[in-house]
Amino acid sequence: MINISEVIETNEMIEKENLDVRTITMGISLLDCIDSDLDKVNEAIYKKVTTMAKDLVATGKKIEKSYGIPIVNKRISVTPIALIGSAACKTPEDFVTIAKTLDKAANTVGVNFIGGYSALVSKGATKADNLLIRSIPEALAVTNHVCSSINVGSSKTGINMDAVKLLGEIILETAEKSKDADSIGCAKLVVFCNAPDDNPFMAGAFHGVTESDAVINVGVSGPGVVKKALEQVRGADFGTLCETIKKTAFKITRVGQLVAKEASRMLNVPFGIVDLSLAPTPAVGDSVAEILQEIGLEYPGAPGTTAALALLNDQVKKGGVMASSYVGGLSGAFIPVSEDQGMIDAVNAGCLTLEKLEAMTCVCSVGLDMIAIPGDTKASTLSGIIADEMAIGMINNKTTAVRLIPVIGKKIGDIAEFGGLLGYAPIMPVNNFSCDAFIQRGGRIPAPIHSFKN
Amino acid sequence: MNKTIITVVGKDCVGIIAKVCTYLSANNVNILDISQTIVQDFFNMMMIADVSGSAKDFYQLSSELEEVGQEIGVLIKIQREDIFDMMHRI
Repeated sequence: MINISEVIETNEMIEKENLDVRTITMGISLLDCIDSDLDKVNEAIYKKVTTMAKDLVATGKKIEKSYGIPIVNKRISVTPIALIGSAACKTPEDFVTIAKTLDKAANTVGVNFIGGYSALVSKGATKADNLLIRSIPEALAVTNHVCSSINVGSSKTGINMDAVKLLGEIILETAEKSKDADSIGCAKLVVFCNAPDDNPFMAGAFHGVTESDAVINVGVSGPGVVKKALEQVRGADFGTLCETIKKTAFKITRVGQLVAKEASRMLNVPFGIVDLSLAPTPAVGDSVAEILQEIGLEYPGAPGTTAALALLNDQVKKGGVMASSYVGGLSGAFIPVSEDQGMIDAVNAGCLTLEKLEAMTCVCSVGLDMIAIPGDTKASTLSGIIADEMAIGMINNKTTAVRLIPVIGKKIGDIAEFGGLLGYAPIMPVNNFSCDAFIQRGGRIPAPIHSFKN
Repeated sequence: MNKTIITVVGKDCVGIIAKVCTYLSANNVNILDISQTIVQDFFNMMMIADVSGSAKDFYQLSSELEEVGQEIGVLIKIQREDIFDMMHRI
Protein backbone atom coordinates (compact mmCIF):
# COMPACT_ATOMS: atom_id res chain seq x y z
CA MET A 1 0.00 0.00 0.00
CA ILE A 2 1.10 3.55 -0.70
CA ASN A 3 2.78 5.17 2.29
CA ILE A 4 2.76 8.73 3.53
CA SER A 5 6.30 9.59 2.46
CA GLU A 6 5.49 8.60 -1.13
CA VAL A 7 2.37 10.73 -1.05
CA ILE A 8 4.29 13.68 0.35
CA GLU A 9 7.04 13.23 -2.27
CA THR A 10 4.55 13.29 -5.16
CA ASN A 11 2.63 16.26 -3.81
CA GLU A 12 5.79 18.25 -3.13
CA MET A 13 6.84 17.68 -6.73
CA ILE A 14 3.51 19.15 -7.83
CA GLU A 15 3.25 21.97 -5.32
CA LYS A 16 6.85 23.08 -4.85
CA GLU A 17 8.77 21.84 -7.86
CA ASN A 18 6.33 22.72 -10.66
CA LEU A 19 5.66 19.15 -11.78
CA ASP A 20 2.90 19.34 -14.33
CA VAL A 21 1.61 17.78 -17.47
CA ARG A 22 2.57 20.42 -19.99
CA THR A 23 0.06 19.52 -22.65
CA ILE A 24 -2.63 17.13 -23.74
CA THR A 25 -2.67 17.47 -27.49
CA MET A 26 -5.36 15.93 -29.61
CA GLY A 27 -4.18 15.11 -33.10
CA ILE A 28 -6.98 15.29 -35.65
CA SER A 29 -6.73 14.13 -39.25
CA LEU A 30 -8.31 16.56 -41.69
CA LEU A 31 -7.70 14.41 -44.77
CA ASP A 32 -11.43 13.84 -45.14
CA CYS A 33 -12.00 17.62 -45.33
CA ILE A 34 -10.22 17.92 -48.69
CA ASP A 35 -12.42 19.43 -51.40
CA SER A 36 -11.93 21.62 -54.45
CA ASP A 37 -14.42 24.15 -53.06
CA LEU A 38 -12.71 26.37 -50.48
CA ASP A 39 -15.91 27.16 -48.56
CA LYS A 40 -16.63 23.46 -48.20
CA VAL A 41 -13.08 22.84 -46.94
CA ASN A 42 -13.41 25.55 -44.30
CA GLU A 43 -16.82 24.32 -43.23
CA ALA A 44 -15.65 20.72 -42.97
CA ILE A 45 -12.53 21.69 -40.97
CA TYR A 46 -14.51 23.76 -38.50
CA LYS A 47 -17.07 21.01 -38.04
CA LYS A 48 -14.52 18.24 -37.61
CA VAL A 49 -12.29 20.09 -35.14
CA THR A 50 -15.16 21.37 -33.00
CA THR A 51 -16.82 17.94 -32.96
CA MET A 52 -13.75 15.84 -32.20
CA ALA A 53 -12.32 18.21 -29.58
CA LYS A 54 -15.50 19.47 -27.98
CA ASP A 55 -14.79 17.73 -24.67
CA LEU A 56 -11.00 18.10 -24.69
CA VAL A 57 -10.71 21.06 -22.32
CA ALA A 58 -13.38 19.79 -19.91
CA THR A 59 -11.74 16.37 -19.81
CA GLY A 60 -8.38 17.93 -19.06
CA LYS A 61 -9.91 19.80 -16.14
CA LYS A 62 -11.53 16.64 -14.77
CA ILE A 63 -8.21 14.81 -14.88
CA GLU A 64 -6.53 17.71 -13.10
CA LYS A 65 -9.09 17.47 -10.34
CA SER A 66 -8.88 13.67 -10.07
CA TYR A 67 -5.14 13.50 -9.61
CA GLY A 68 -4.41 16.94 -8.25
CA ILE A 69 -1.88 17.63 -10.99
CA PRO A 70 -2.00 20.73 -13.22
CA ILE A 71 -2.46 20.14 -16.93
CA VAL A 72 -1.18 23.42 -18.25
CA ASN A 73 -2.28 23.31 -21.87
CA LYS A 74 -4.92 21.59 -23.92
CA ARG A 75 -4.11 21.78 -27.60
CA ILE A 76 -4.93 20.48 -31.04
CA SER A 77 -2.72 19.45 -33.92
CA VAL A 78 -4.07 18.86 -37.42
CA THR A 79 -2.88 17.37 -40.70
CA PRO A 80 -0.50 19.76 -42.51
CA ILE A 81 -2.77 22.35 -44.08
CA ALA A 82 -0.73 22.51 -47.31
CA LEU A 83 -2.17 19.05 -48.07
CA ILE A 84 -5.70 19.84 -46.94
CA GLY A 85 -5.95 23.06 -48.93
CA SER A 86 -4.07 21.85 -51.99
CA ALA A 87 -7.15 21.25 -54.15
CA ALA A 88 -8.99 24.42 -53.14
CA CYS A 89 -6.38 27.12 -52.55
CA LYS A 90 -5.18 29.06 -55.55
CA THR A 91 -3.59 31.99 -53.74
CA PRO A 92 -1.89 32.62 -50.37
CA GLU A 93 -5.04 34.51 -49.34
CA ASP A 94 -7.08 31.32 -49.84
CA PHE A 95 -4.82 29.59 -47.33
CA VAL A 96 -5.28 32.46 -44.88
CA THR A 97 -9.03 31.69 -44.80
CA ILE A 98 -8.16 28.22 -43.51
CA ALA A 99 -5.93 29.75 -40.83
CA LYS A 100 -8.88 31.87 -39.74
CA THR A 101 -11.11 28.81 -39.63
CA LEU A 102 -8.60 26.98 -37.44
CA ASP A 103 -8.39 30.01 -35.15
CA LYS A 104 -12.17 30.16 -34.85
CA ALA A 105 -12.36 26.43 -34.09
CA ALA A 106 -9.64 26.78 -31.42
CA ASN A 107 -11.63 29.58 -29.82
CA THR A 108 -14.82 27.55 -29.85
CA VAL A 109 -13.33 24.53 -28.09
CA GLY A 110 -11.19 26.65 -25.76
CA VAL A 111 -7.68 25.41 -26.60
CA ASN A 112 -4.82 27.89 -26.50
CA PHE A 113 -3.00 26.70 -29.63
CA ILE A 114 -3.82 24.76 -32.75
CA GLY A 115 -0.80 23.49 -34.71
CA GLY A 116 -0.53 22.19 -38.23
CA TYR A 117 -0.50 25.25 -40.43
CA SER A 118 2.33 23.35 -41.99
CA ALA A 119 4.01 22.09 -45.12
CA LEU A 120 6.38 19.16 -45.49
CA VAL A 121 8.87 20.15 -48.15
CA SER A 122 12.02 18.28 -47.20
CA LYS A 123 12.70 17.20 -50.77
CA GLY A 124 10.54 19.49 -52.85
CA ALA A 125 7.57 21.82 -52.58
CA THR A 126 4.30 21.56 -54.47
CA LYS A 127 2.51 24.64 -55.71
CA ALA A 128 0.23 24.43 -52.67
CA ASP A 129 3.23 24.11 -50.32
CA ASN A 130 4.68 27.32 -51.74
CA LEU A 131 1.35 29.14 -51.46
CA LEU A 132 1.01 28.08 -47.83
CA ILE A 133 4.55 29.19 -46.97
CA ARG A 134 3.94 32.56 -48.61
CA SER A 135 0.70 32.95 -46.64
CA ILE A 136 2.39 32.43 -43.25
CA PRO A 137 3.15 36.09 -42.38
CA GLU A 138 -0.46 37.13 -42.95
CA ALA A 139 -1.93 33.96 -41.42
CA LEU A 140 0.03 34.42 -38.19
CA ALA A 141 -0.77 38.14 -38.08
CA VAL A 142 -4.55 37.71 -38.33
CA THR A 143 -4.89 34.75 -35.95
CA ASN A 144 -4.09 34.26 -32.27
CA HIS A 145 -4.00 30.51 -31.76
CA VAL A 146 -2.61 29.12 -35.02
CA CYS A 147 0.92 27.70 -35.08
CA SER A 148 2.92 27.00 -38.19
CA SER A 149 5.79 24.65 -38.94
CA ILE A 150 7.68 23.77 -42.09
CA ASN A 151 9.83 20.66 -42.47
CA VAL A 152 12.63 21.60 -44.85
CA GLY A 153 14.95 18.64 -44.47
CA SER A 154 15.41 15.07 -43.32
CA SER A 155 18.15 12.47 -43.01
CA LYS A 156 16.44 10.52 -45.79
CA THR A 157 15.94 13.35 -48.27
CA GLY A 158 18.58 15.96 -47.58
CA ILE A 159 17.80 19.66 -47.26
CA ASN A 160 15.54 21.68 -49.52
CA MET A 161 17.66 24.82 -49.81
CA ASP A 162 15.06 26.65 -51.90
CA ALA A 163 12.70 26.36 -48.95
CA VAL A 164 15.48 27.41 -46.55
CA LYS A 165 16.09 30.52 -48.64
CA LEU A 166 12.38 31.35 -48.83
CA LEU A 167 11.88 30.86 -45.09
CA GLY A 168 14.58 33.38 -44.23
CA GLU A 169 12.45 35.94 -46.06
CA ILE A 170 9.19 34.64 -44.61
CA ILE A 171 10.49 34.88 -41.03
CA LEU A 172 11.45 38.52 -41.59
CA GLU A 173 8.08 39.27 -43.15
CA THR A 174 6.32 37.56 -40.23
CA ALA A 175 8.38 39.67 -37.83
CA GLU A 176 7.48 42.83 -39.71
CA LYS A 177 3.75 42.04 -39.60
CA SER A 178 3.79 41.71 -35.82
CA LYS A 179 6.39 44.40 -35.06
CA ASP A 180 4.00 46.18 -32.68
CA ALA A 181 4.14 43.15 -30.39
CA ASP A 182 7.92 42.54 -30.53
CA SER A 183 7.53 40.38 -33.65
CA ILE A 184 5.68 37.70 -31.70
CA GLY A 185 4.39 36.14 -34.94
CA CYS A 186 7.78 34.41 -35.26
CA ALA A 187 7.22 32.63 -31.92
CA LYS A 188 4.47 30.68 -33.70
CA LEU A 189 6.67 29.54 -36.61
CA VAL A 190 9.15 26.65 -36.51
CA VAL A 191 11.45 25.39 -39.25
CA PHE A 192 12.26 21.69 -38.85
CA CYS A 193 14.57 18.96 -40.01
CA ASN A 194 13.24 15.43 -39.31
CA ALA A 195 9.97 16.76 -37.86
CA PRO A 196 8.12 14.07 -35.88
CA ASP A 197 4.53 13.22 -36.84
CA ASP A 198 3.37 12.97 -33.24
CA ASN A 199 4.89 15.94 -31.44
CA PRO A 200 2.45 17.38 -28.87
CA PHE A 201 4.48 20.55 -28.19
CA MET A 202 3.88 23.89 -29.88
CA ALA A 203 4.67 25.65 -32.05
CA GLY A 204 5.83 22.60 -34.02
CA ALA A 205 2.93 20.20 -33.50
CA PHE A 206 1.12 18.75 -36.50
CA HIS A 207 -0.81 15.53 -37.02
CA GLY A 208 1.26 13.51 -39.49
CA VAL A 209 -0.25 11.67 -42.42
CA THR A 210 1.02 8.40 -40.92
CA GLU A 211 -1.35 8.87 -37.98
CA SER A 212 -4.88 7.57 -37.46
CA ASP A 213 -8.05 9.66 -37.52
CA ALA A 214 -7.53 11.06 -34.03
CA VAL A 215 -5.00 10.49 -31.30
CA ILE A 216 -4.09 11.75 -27.84
CA ASN A 217 -0.46 12.71 -27.28
CA VAL A 218 0.81 13.98 -23.96
CA GLY A 219 3.85 16.10 -23.18
CA VAL A 220 5.22 15.87 -19.65
CA SER A 221 7.57 18.28 -18.01
CA GLY A 222 9.26 18.85 -14.70
CA PRO A 223 12.74 20.40 -14.84
CA GLY A 224 12.17 21.64 -11.27
CA VAL A 225 11.77 18.07 -10.04
CA VAL A 226 15.05 16.99 -11.64
CA LYS A 227 16.83 20.02 -10.22
CA LYS A 228 15.54 19.30 -6.71
CA ALA A 229 16.57 15.65 -6.95
CA LEU A 230 20.07 16.67 -8.04
CA GLU A 231 20.42 18.98 -5.04
CA GLN A 232 20.48 15.81 -2.94
CA VAL A 233 23.53 14.41 -4.78
CA ARG A 234 25.77 17.49 -4.93
CA GLY A 235 29.39 16.49 -5.41
CA ALA A 236 28.59 12.86 -6.21
CA ASP A 237 30.18 11.18 -9.25
CA PHE A 238 28.61 10.95 -12.72
CA GLY A 239 27.22 7.46 -12.10
CA THR A 240 25.18 8.73 -9.16
CA LEU A 241 24.20 11.87 -11.04
CA CYS A 242 22.91 9.92 -14.04
CA GLU A 243 21.09 7.40 -11.90
CA THR A 244 19.29 10.20 -10.07
CA ILE A 245 18.16 11.89 -13.31
CA LYS A 246 17.00 8.55 -14.69
CA LYS A 247 14.90 7.67 -11.64
CA THR A 248 13.35 11.13 -11.54
CA ALA A 249 12.54 11.04 -15.26
CA PHE A 250 10.86 7.69 -14.70
CA LYS A 251 8.58 9.12 -12.03
CA ILE A 252 7.68 12.19 -14.08
CA THR A 253 6.91 10.14 -17.16
CA ARG A 254 4.71 7.70 -15.27
CA VAL A 255 2.41 10.59 -14.46
CA GLY A 256 2.30 11.51 -18.15
CA GLN A 257 1.47 7.92 -19.05
CA LEU A 258 -1.36 7.87 -16.50
CA VAL A 259 -2.83 11.13 -17.74
CA ALA A 260 -2.51 10.07 -21.38
CA LYS A 261 -4.29 6.77 -20.74
CA GLU A 262 -7.04 8.46 -18.75
CA ALA A 263 -7.58 11.19 -21.35
CA SER A 264 -7.69 8.58 -24.08
CA ARG A 265 -10.27 6.54 -22.17
CA MET A 266 -12.47 9.51 -21.27
CA LEU A 267 -12.41 10.99 -24.78
CA ASN A 268 -12.62 7.63 -26.49
CA VAL A 269 -9.67 8.54 -28.70
CA PRO A 270 -6.66 6.21 -29.01
CA PHE A 271 -3.55 6.96 -26.98
CA GLY A 272 -0.62 7.89 -29.19
CA ILE A 273 2.56 8.70 -27.34
CA VAL A 274 4.06 10.35 -24.30
CA ASP A 275 6.68 12.95 -25.13
CA LEU A 276 9.35 12.76 -22.43
CA SER A 277 10.46 16.31 -22.31
CA LEU A 278 11.91 18.71 -19.83
CA ALA A 279 10.11 21.83 -20.96
CA PRO A 280 10.97 24.95 -18.99
CA THR A 281 8.79 27.99 -18.33
CA PRO A 282 9.86 31.46 -17.24
CA ALA A 283 8.80 30.61 -13.65
CA VAL A 284 11.62 30.36 -11.12
CA GLY A 285 12.43 26.71 -10.40
CA ASP A 286 11.06 25.50 -13.74
CA SER A 287 14.30 25.77 -15.66
CA VAL A 288 16.54 23.43 -17.65
CA ALA A 289 19.37 25.96 -17.22
CA GLU A 290 19.15 25.52 -13.45
CA ILE A 291 19.65 21.76 -13.88
CA LEU A 292 22.82 22.44 -15.88
CA GLN A 293 23.95 24.75 -13.09
CA GLU A 294 23.17 22.10 -10.50
CA ILE A 295 25.24 19.63 -12.53
CA GLY A 296 28.16 21.99 -11.97
CA LEU A 297 28.22 24.91 -14.41
CA GLU A 298 28.29 28.56 -13.35
CA TYR A 299 25.95 29.33 -16.24
CA PRO A 300 24.82 27.37 -19.30
CA GLY A 301 27.30 28.23 -22.02
CA ALA A 302 30.35 27.60 -19.86
CA PRO A 303 32.77 24.88 -21.03
CA GLY A 304 31.19 21.52 -20.18
CA THR A 305 27.69 22.67 -21.14
CA THR A 306 27.34 20.40 -24.18
CA ALA A 307 28.49 17.36 -22.20
CA ALA A 308 26.16 18.18 -19.30
CA LEU A 309 23.22 18.62 -21.65
CA ALA A 310 24.08 15.42 -23.51
CA LEU A 311 24.03 13.34 -20.35
CA LEU A 312 20.85 15.04 -19.14
CA ASN A 313 19.06 14.37 -22.41
CA ASP A 314 20.18 10.76 -22.51
CA GLN A 315 19.24 9.98 -18.93
CA VAL A 316 15.81 11.59 -19.34
CA LYS A 317 15.20 9.22 -22.25
CA LYS A 318 16.54 6.18 -20.42
CA GLY A 319 14.34 6.80 -17.41
CA GLY A 320 11.31 7.78 -19.44
CA VAL A 321 11.32 4.95 -21.95
CA MET A 322 10.58 2.34 -19.33
CA ALA A 323 7.83 4.44 -17.80
CA SER A 324 5.65 4.64 -20.88
CA SER A 325 4.32 2.05 -23.30
CA TYR A 326 4.75 4.38 -26.30
CA VAL A 327 7.27 7.17 -26.41
CA GLY A 328 7.56 9.67 -29.24
CA GLY A 329 7.47 13.31 -30.21
CA LEU A 330 10.58 15.31 -29.44
CA SER A 331 11.51 13.65 -26.11
CA GLY A 332 14.45 15.27 -24.36
CA ALA A 333 15.48 18.56 -22.81
CA PHE A 334 14.27 21.76 -24.43
CA ILE A 335 16.64 24.72 -24.41
CA PRO A 336 14.56 27.75 -25.37
CA VAL A 337 16.03 31.07 -24.30
CA SER A 338 13.02 33.28 -23.63
CA GLU A 339 11.07 30.55 -21.86
CA ASP A 340 13.78 29.76 -19.32
CA GLN A 341 14.88 32.31 -16.73
CA GLY A 342 18.23 30.57 -16.25
CA MET A 343 19.02 30.82 -19.96
CA ILE A 344 18.08 34.50 -19.98
CA ASP A 345 20.42 35.08 -17.03
CA ALA A 346 23.21 33.24 -18.87
CA VAL A 347 22.76 35.47 -21.93
CA ASN A 348 22.72 38.59 -19.77
CA ALA A 349 25.88 37.46 -17.98
CA GLY A 350 27.59 37.17 -21.39
CA CYS A 351 28.09 33.41 -21.00
CA LEU A 352 25.70 32.07 -23.63
CA THR A 353 26.03 32.85 -27.33
CA LEU A 354 24.15 31.77 -30.43
CA GLU A 355 27.14 29.65 -31.48
CA LYS A 356 27.22 27.78 -28.15
CA LEU A 357 23.46 27.24 -28.39
CA GLU A 358 24.05 25.72 -31.82
CA ALA A 359 26.53 23.28 -30.32
CA MET A 360 24.02 22.44 -27.59
CA THR A 361 21.39 21.62 -30.20
CA CYS A 362 23.55 18.72 -31.38
CA VAL A 363 22.67 16.90 -28.17
CA CYS A 364 19.36 18.38 -27.00
CA SER A 365 15.95 17.34 -28.21
CA VAL A 366 15.18 20.18 -30.57
CA GLY A 367 17.10 23.26 -31.64
CA LEU A 368 17.58 27.00 -31.66
CA ASP A 369 14.43 27.93 -29.83
CA MET A 370 12.85 31.25 -28.89
CA ILE A 371 15.97 33.28 -29.53
CA ALA A 372 15.51 37.02 -30.07
CA ILE A 373 17.94 38.57 -32.54
CA PRO A 374 18.26 42.09 -34.01
CA GLY A 375 15.41 43.09 -36.31
CA ASP A 376 17.82 44.26 -39.01
CA THR A 377 19.28 40.77 -39.51
CA LYS A 378 19.40 39.91 -43.23
CA ALA A 379 17.10 37.22 -44.66
CA SER A 380 20.12 35.35 -46.04
CA THR A 381 21.72 35.31 -42.58
CA LEU A 382 18.53 33.76 -41.17
CA SER A 383 18.61 31.20 -43.98
CA GLY A 384 22.25 30.45 -43.21
CA ILE A 385 21.46 29.83 -39.54
CA ILE A 386 18.55 27.58 -40.57
CA ALA A 387 20.78 25.67 -43.01
CA ASP A 388 23.37 25.03 -40.28
CA GLU A 389 20.75 23.76 -37.89
CA MET A 390 19.10 21.56 -40.51
CA ALA A 391 22.51 20.07 -41.38
CA ILE A 392 23.01 19.09 -37.72
CA GLY A 393 19.67 17.27 -37.77
CA MET A 394 20.23 15.64 -41.13
CA ILE A 395 23.69 14.29 -40.37
CA ASN A 396 22.91 13.20 -36.81
CA ASN A 397 19.53 11.57 -37.56
CA LYS A 398 17.77 13.78 -35.04
CA THR A 399 15.07 16.40 -35.02
CA THR A 400 16.37 19.93 -35.15
CA ALA A 401 14.41 23.13 -35.36
CA VAL A 402 14.79 26.87 -35.61
CA ARG A 403 12.47 29.36 -33.96
CA LEU A 404 14.27 32.70 -34.24
CA ILE A 405 12.63 36.03 -33.61
CA PRO A 406 14.18 38.98 -35.43
CA VAL A 407 12.61 41.71 -33.30
CA ILE A 408 11.91 44.63 -35.60
CA GLY A 409 13.17 47.94 -34.21
CA LYS A 410 15.31 46.36 -31.48
CA LYS A 411 19.08 46.06 -31.18
CA ILE A 412 21.55 43.97 -29.21
CA GLY A 413 21.02 44.45 -25.50
CA ASP A 414 17.36 45.47 -25.82
CA ILE A 415 14.68 43.25 -24.35
CA ALA A 416 11.82 41.64 -26.28
CA GLU A 417 8.68 40.96 -24.24
CA PHE A 418 6.44 38.13 -25.39
CA GLY A 419 4.39 37.55 -22.26
CA GLY A 420 2.96 34.44 -20.59
CA LEU A 421 4.63 31.09 -21.24
CA LEU A 422 6.72 32.64 -24.03
CA GLY A 423 8.54 34.90 -21.56
CA TYR A 424 11.00 37.63 -22.53
CA ALA A 425 14.42 37.64 -24.10
CA PRO A 426 17.47 39.82 -24.45
CA ILE A 427 18.35 40.47 -28.12
CA MET A 428 21.41 38.33 -28.92
CA PRO A 429 24.14 39.16 -31.41
CA VAL A 430 24.25 37.32 -34.72
CA ASN A 431 27.32 36.67 -36.87
CA ASN A 432 26.68 39.07 -39.74
CA PHE A 433 29.42 37.99 -42.14
CA SER A 434 27.75 37.30 -45.47
CA CYS A 435 26.51 33.92 -46.67
CA ASP A 436 24.57 35.45 -49.58
CA ALA A 437 26.37 33.51 -52.30
CA PHE A 438 25.81 30.24 -50.45
CA ILE A 439 22.09 30.81 -49.99
CA GLN A 440 21.64 32.13 -53.56
CA ARG A 441 22.76 28.80 -55.08
CA GLY A 442 19.31 27.23 -54.78
CA GLY A 443 18.36 23.58 -55.22
CA ARG A 444 18.86 20.98 -52.53
CA ILE A 445 21.60 19.38 -50.49
CA PRO A 446 21.59 15.62 -51.18
CA ALA A 447 20.83 13.09 -48.46
CA PRO A 448 23.88 11.97 -46.46
CA ILE A 449 25.66 8.72 -47.22
CA HIS A 450 24.43 7.00 -44.06
CA SER A 451 20.82 7.40 -45.15
CA PHE A 452 21.30 4.62 -47.71
CA LYS A 453 20.63 1.73 -45.41
CA ASN A 454 18.60 -0.52 -47.69
CA MET B 1 -13.64 -0.23 -4.31
CA ASN B 2 -12.67 3.27 -5.44
CA LYS B 3 -9.52 4.10 -3.51
CA THR B 4 -8.52 7.69 -3.00
CA ILE B 5 -5.86 9.46 -1.01
CA ILE B 6 -6.89 12.36 1.17
CA THR B 7 -4.09 14.57 2.42
CA VAL B 8 -4.31 17.26 5.05
CA VAL B 9 -1.43 19.71 5.41
CA GLY B 10 -1.25 22.68 7.74
CA LYS B 11 -0.46 24.02 11.19
CA ASP B 12 -1.39 21.51 13.86
CA CYS B 13 -4.46 22.36 15.97
CA VAL B 14 -7.18 20.65 17.96
CA GLY B 15 -9.84 18.80 16.03
CA ILE B 16 -8.39 18.50 12.53
CA ILE B 17 -8.91 14.74 12.30
CA ALA B 18 -12.34 15.02 13.95
CA LYS B 19 -13.54 17.63 11.46
CA VAL B 20 -12.34 15.70 8.44
CA CYS B 21 -13.68 12.38 9.70
CA THR B 22 -17.06 13.90 10.53
CA TYR B 23 -17.38 15.12 6.96
CA LEU B 24 -16.27 11.77 5.53
CA SER B 25 -18.64 9.78 7.70
CA ALA B 26 -21.56 12.07 6.83
CA ASN B 27 -20.82 11.32 3.18
CA ASN B 28 -20.39 7.60 3.63
CA VAL B 29 -16.69 7.60 2.76
CA ASN B 30 -14.96 4.62 4.36
CA ILE B 31 -11.48 5.24 5.83
CA LEU B 32 -9.14 2.31 5.23
CA ASP B 33 -5.93 3.67 6.70
CA ILE B 34 -4.66 6.80 8.43
CA SER B 35 -1.10 7.92 8.99
CA GLN B 36 0.42 11.21 10.00
CA THR B 37 3.76 12.87 10.38
CA ILE B 38 5.28 16.30 10.99
CA VAL B 39 7.40 17.69 8.12
CA GLN B 40 9.17 21.02 8.68
CA ASP B 41 6.73 21.95 11.49
CA PHE B 42 3.74 21.17 9.31
CA PHE B 43 1.14 18.61 10.19
CA ASN B 44 0.81 16.07 7.37
CA MET B 45 -1.97 13.51 7.46
CA MET B 46 -2.79 10.95 4.83
CA MET B 47 -5.90 8.83 4.65
CA ILE B 48 -6.60 6.04 2.25
CA ALA B 49 -10.35 6.07 1.74
CA ASP B 50 -12.96 4.29 -0.31
CA VAL B 51 -15.43 6.73 -1.89
CA SER B 52 -17.51 4.18 -3.79
CA GLY B 53 -20.30 4.29 -1.18
CA SER B 54 -20.70 8.06 -1.33
CA ALA B 55 -23.72 9.56 -3.06
CA LYS B 56 -21.62 12.55 -4.13
CA ASP B 57 -19.25 12.37 -7.06
CA PHE B 58 -15.51 12.79 -6.77
CA TYR B 59 -15.48 16.40 -7.92
CA GLN B 60 -18.13 17.42 -5.40
CA LEU B 61 -16.28 15.67 -2.56
CA SER B 62 -13.12 17.42 -3.69
CA SER B 63 -14.56 20.93 -3.55
CA GLU B 64 -16.42 20.32 -0.29
CA LEU B 65 -13.29 18.95 1.38
CA GLU B 66 -11.45 22.04 0.20
CA GLU B 67 -14.07 24.14 1.98
CA VAL B 68 -13.76 22.06 5.18
CA GLY B 69 -10.01 22.73 4.99
CA GLN B 70 -10.53 26.46 4.65
CA GLU B 71 -12.76 26.49 7.75
CA ILE B 72 -10.01 24.96 9.90
CA GLY B 73 -7.09 26.61 8.15
CA VAL B 74 -5.49 23.57 6.53
CA LEU B 75 -5.09 22.37 2.96
CA ILE B 76 -7.14 19.29 2.12
CA LYS B 77 -6.65 17.45 -1.14
CA ILE B 78 -8.32 14.36 -2.47
CA GLN B 79 -6.61 12.47 -5.28
CA ARG B 80 -7.20 9.15 -6.96
CA GLU B 81 -4.70 6.60 -5.76
CA ASP B 82 -3.43 5.72 -9.26
CA ILE B 83 -1.10 8.70 -9.47
CA PHE B 84 0.90 7.48 -6.48
CA ASP B 85 0.80 3.87 -7.61
CA MET B 86 2.05 4.81 -11.04
CA MET B 87 4.87 6.95 -9.72
CA HIS B 88 6.13 4.71 -6.94
CA ARG B 89 5.36 1.15 -8.08
CA ILE B 90 6.60 -0.60 -11.17
